[in-house]
Amino acid sequence: MAWQWFHRLGSPRWFYWKTGAWLPWLAIASGLLLSAGSLWGLGFAPQDAKQGDSYRIIYIHVPAAFLALAGYYIMAISGAIGLIWKMKLSYLVMRAAALIGAVLTFISLFTGAVWGKPTWGTYWVWDARITSMLILLFLYIGVIALSRAFAREQVADKACAILALVGTVNIPIIYKSVDWWFTLHQPATIKLTESSSIDPSMFYPLLTMIIGFYCFYAWALLLHTRNLVLQREWRTNWAQQALADRTPAADR
Amino acid sequence: MSSVDRLAAGPGLSALLRVELLLALRRGADIANPLLFFVTVLALLPLGVGPEPALLARMAPGMIWVVALLASMLSQESLFRSDFEDGSLEQLTLSPRPLYFAVLAKVAVHWLVTGLPLALLSPLLGLMLNLPAAGYFCLFVSLLLGTACLSLIGAVGAALTVSLRRAGLLLALIVMPLYVPVLIFGTGAVQAALDGYAYNVQLAVLAALLAVAAALAPLAAAGAIRISTDS
Repeated sequence: MAWQWFHRLGSPRWFYWKTGAWLPWLAIASGLLLSAGSLWGLGFAPQDAKQGDSYRIIYIHVPAAFLALAGYYIMAISGAIGLIWKMKLSYLVMRAAALIGAVLTFISLFTGAVWGKPTWGTYWVWDARITSMLILLFLYIGVIALSRAFAREQVADKACAILALVGTVNIPIIYKSVDWWFTLHQPATIKLTESSSIDPSMFYPLLTMIIGFYCFYAWALLLHTRNLVLQREWRTNWAQQALADRTPAADR
Repeated sequence: MSSVDRLAAGPGLSALLRVELLLALRRGADIANPLLFFVTVLALLPLGVGPEPALLARMAPGMIWVVALLASMLSQESLFRSDFEDGSLEQLTLSPRPLYFAVLAKVAVHWLVTGLPLALLSPLLGLMLNLPAAGYFCLFVSLLLGTACLSLIGAVGAALTVSLRRAGLLLALIVMPLYVPVLIFGTGAVQAALDGYAYNVQLAVLAALLAVAAALAPLAAAGAIRISTDS
């Protein structure tokens, strides 16, 4: 009985109906947390002694970077579940996670560049973390490009799952090697943020934002996966019914 | 066939190696094209950045490595292609011998006809790009180890994309990020040699990467071949 929920998850229909009830709660939670966190972080958290107000971009930059990394593992693990238990649904979660993860990686790179201009005086530095994030973006793009290349979706699913797993083995190696590369070539003129402890008055809004981003991620992942489920199952009766329920009566 | 027989892939492996090597040697273009690409692109470098010897010497290790990486990757698209088209790849998946060894044999031959000649040719290009004498041996050894890693990693990409009509750019897209550690340690070794430091650590890391890639990449490639031939 304990594993019943796991086997049920394999059914796209069960997933579709079940998650429909979760969506509003996730939307409300992420809306509340994100607005509270950004108000708190942008309006009420104290200024940084060295960077002034420009540091406040961490309230978006850090959570996005967190989830960009976690998202790769979510993608790879769902791909692995699909390969091992032959679960159709987990491939759809993988595809959804690839797209969302790529966007989050881009957001963290973009906000990093915007933050870099006032603090380092330049938009782009080949810093270890930035370079690793850039390679992560390429890994995501590889998975997305591969998923679009095949005519048969079932083949694309499995191929992407393998690529995601190969990437998972590689990520720690890439991170370590980029770290090593950076210590070798460290430019002397630019002093990067040293790891200093963050004050609680700045940390609590950040924590709120991180939890809010997690809720938002779950919400976006479910929404996107549900759309993919409908796209793939649109010929079935239940999907037709679900589609009919979604469109307003006037459009039918 | 018992599992002991399956593990003893000896005769089958050597036969496969011989066939692959013979095929590759008969198609001379497979050997010549990556090398010509390697030389041509590196000849473009001084045209792009100017012929100043000091500048070229500074760029030489990185450029030689990057172009070797590209040459190895571009030649990889055809790794499984003809076998896929004439159906022998499918026969290999049906064989009782593990597909792992078949992939390993193909990758070994790919390295013998691209990686090894690239490494052998690299001192000549080092000479043309004014690479200081201290770097030659290290460049050669790092390319020997590194191109073997590249062949193994690229085989996964080639296996994933073999059923696609035009796979070239896609292959580059999915394989390039996975090449990053090899590139970093390969160029790192040459740079250390040029700066007069010991470079055995970097070469040891490259060898370790090769060991991991040899253990895991053929597994992933074999899985990818099963998916590609299934379609």
